[in-house]
Amino acid sequence: MTGAARPLSASEVAGTADLAAGAPLKWWLRDSVEMVKRNLRHVRRTPELLLDVTIQPVMFVLLFRYVFGGAIPIQGTTYVNYLMAGIFVQTIVFAAMGTGILLATDLAKGMIDRFRSLPMSQSAVITGRTFTDLLRGMLAIALMALVGLLVGFQPAGSPIGWVAATALLLLFGFAVSWVGVAAGALVRTPEAVQGLMFVAVFPLTFASSAFVPTSTMPSWLRFFAEHQPMTLVINGVRGFILGRPDSGAVIGSAAWSIGLVAVFFPLALVLYRRRTSR
Amino acid sequence: MPARYHAEMTDQVMVSARGLQKRFGETHALRGIDLEVPRGSILAMLGPNGAGKTTAVRILTTLLRADAGKATVAGYDVRTQPAEVRRRIGLTGQNAAVDELLTGRENLEMIGRLYHLPARLARQRAARLLERFDLVEAADRIAKTYSGGMRRRLDLGASLVAEPPILFLDEPTTGLDPRSRLGMWDLIAELVAGGTTLLLTTQYLEEADRLAHEIIVIDHGLVIARGTANELKGLIGGERLEVTVADGDDLAVAEQVLARIGNGRPTVESRLRRVSVAVDVRPGMLASTVRALDDAGLNVDDFSLHRPTLDDVFLSLTGRGQADEEEAA
Repeated sequence: MTGAARPLSASEVAGTADLAAGAPLKWWLRDSVEMVKRNLRHVRRTPELLLDVTIQPVMFVLLFRYVFGGAIPIQGTTYVNYLMAGIFVQTIVFAAMGTGILLATDLAKGMIDRFRSLPMSQSAVITGRTFTDLLRGMLAIALMALVGLLVGFQPAGSPIGWVAATALLLLFGFAVSWVGVAAGALVRTPEAVQGLMFVAVFPLTFASSAFVPTSTMPSWLRFFAEHQPMTLVINGVRGFILGRPDSGAVIGSAAWSIGLVAVFFPLALVLYRRRTSR
Repeated sequence: MPARYHAEMTDQVMVSARGLQKRFGETHALRGIDLEVPRGSILAMLGPNGAGKTTAVRILTTLLRADAGKATVAGYDVRTQPAEVRRRIGLTGQNAAVDELLTGRENLEMIGRLYHLPARLARQRAARLLERFDLVEAADRIAKTYSGGMRRRLDLGASLVAEPPILFLDEPTTGLDPRSRLGMWDLIAELVAGGTTLLLTTQYLEEADRLAHEIIVIDHGLVIARGTANELKGLIGGERLEVTVADGDDLAVAEQVLARIGNGRPTVESRLRRVSVAVDVRPGMLASTVRALDDAGLNVDDFSLHRPTLDDVFLSLTGRGQADEEEAA
């Protein structure tokens, strides 16, 4: 065969000429939005994808409010007021676990190959995923706040406190969803991701200040509970919504969130690339 | 046997690979593949399951890295310039990569947007492709409800949204019913008539024969033959006419009749009461054969023209059939 290969110029490629121009950041954002749109359509068509951020936390609210709550004395406020911050953080963490499970589901199907053959921003596949789960988390927080009000929750925080609490929750949710992405890229099946995340999240949720004051725990457990990130986030959020901000917890939880993103964002991308290029 | 394609069309090689190798653990999926696809032509990669066809496609479409060798698509190196490559290719994989929870229209529009087409253009292209691929009625149903053939068409549509100049189709008709397969062939022929360069993989010789300008036969990660369909058929010995007679005593007469029609000596399998011979298919040949058998007063049980299959290619090239291979695996 004759003829040396000459790269096709962009103008020779109908419809893709606009690709030559444009900042990568713009495309990353646009591609991520496109992926969020796709993921939200999935949610709309399989509402059961919302169970983990709706029915499940509602059951926790009812269980702790009416079954265990009466036996747990809280100083200075009612148990339901104490409980809600724990519920919010638990819910946002569940939503973030969903990130890993849904990514693993995508990876198990052929769709990821299609995305990888496209000139789109490749990280948008996962940022689209984490952004979607932030939206899921926000929906869940709004729903939980509503359920809380129905069962006697009396928030005392200022509007600014609520905004700050929401920001803290979303930041932590975003951070944990990168842990979810890493797990989703590492483990083979959605079920395995669920198992792995559960093993990690279950002890962190219960050995925390979510449902009981840490002061009742034995000293070794108490040490763990008071220094692990979920407690810090819970205490930060609790301070804001009960009108007595805890700046130490706020700083601690922000630091944890940023630290998790700093470690798991690059790690998740590496694991995702490794997983998909086989 | 080097490929010969119309000289005026070989001015540009759109897909080229040299010495591609890939290992998965102990398995050598590719052991040094060379290929070239000139602009506007179709190259068919023919081979059984596990021959390495999909691995080669995945490397050429930037999904997989080769361990050794070099490949370019539209002049860009698949390893160092994957983004440039992706802008110019469409890929339809072996498993329909459509989003089952999106409608056909949403699938196409999303892919268009991810090719970075403006929203309006993506919508127009999606609408046009739905029409062209006979999916208008199903356009707003989620793809989960589609039949296998509809999914394949949608999948092919997705790889065409950006009208890429180079298309990779990995077994585009595997698992399709005969009618859908014919439809797919028409679409492919139409695309190439429009100037698209196409690399397709297939397990069916008939498909390669029907569509491709050049065929490479792959086995165990190596190219074991290449050429046009006719060149490969020459290697196999063309088509065979088989006649089964009702009475074993008539075999000798049948042999004489077939000897006059076919090329070379007919083969007689007396236990099966069958005589067969290699033939060149030409208009009227079958009718005159039937007449000749009838004139000879033969009582014929079965009469068939046996097209060369991939099994025949493998038999003649490697001395073993594809079926044996699968049993051994």
